[in-house]
Amino acid sequence: MSTSSVSSTNHQQRRSFLLVVCCTIIGAAAQVLIKKGASALGANPTMLQTALAMVLTPALFAGYSMYGISTILLVLALRHGQLSLLYPVFAMTYVWVTILSVVVFHESMNPYKLAGIVTIVAGIAVLGREQPA
Amino acid sequence: MAWVMGASFFGSFGALFLKIGAGKIQRSFASLLTNWRLMLGISFYLFSSVLFVFGVRKGELSVLYPMVALGSVWTLLWSKLILGEPLTRPKLVALGMILCGMTLIGLGAR
Repeated sequence: MSTSSVSSTNHQQRRSFLLVVCCTIIGAAAQVLIKKGASALGANPTMLQTALAMVLTPALFAGYSMYGISTILLVLALRHGQLSLLYPVFAMTYVWVTILSVVVFHESMNPYKLAGIVTIVAGIAVLGREQPA
Repeated sequence: MAWVMGASFFGSFGALFLKIGAGKIQRSFASLLTNWRLMLGISFYLFSSVLFVFGVRKGELSVLYPMVALGSVWTLLWSKLILGEPLTRPKLVALGMILCGMTLIGLGAR
């Protein structure tokens, strides 16, 4: 995907790194908004009501807009950065979402969840090491 | 949790069709709109987000969000089965780690 990395300068690589970090923070904040909006949906919404709510509920709409922005940032970052470096950074989203779940929604934390998150992030890092041919 | 896992399943088809469609992109905006593979990919993504919202209504975000990683497992599977990409050892290791991590989080759910 990033065959241009040879010609990318250090400056561009650093900017790509920062872009991905931004993109993980925006992406995690988006998840919090999506969860907030989804929780407010009511007891038993239909699929259609859920779909409409994604456009009409401010929290859901904002959440998905931010999700879209973070995807565009990721694509921009991938133009100059190495996928194998940026992929593990991108997995930071899981870390932020876990922290925000505890801080914003007062969800419980335990060793199982912590170990699980660490294992998933490490797994995604391994996935990123696989260079596209 | 089943809804979120379902969302990751359909989302992975989104990735698959985007990949197939992206190979056929031409230099005009109209051709993007008539590229049915791209459009199908985007539709899968939209459908998957509806399922995700539906699934994330109840339960803990710290448990449900990591289930999204299951999408990479599906994507690896389709890449191998449909696109014929090699399933290398690092990919298998990553796949095992993601599944392990998800199981651990499932154990930690209230």
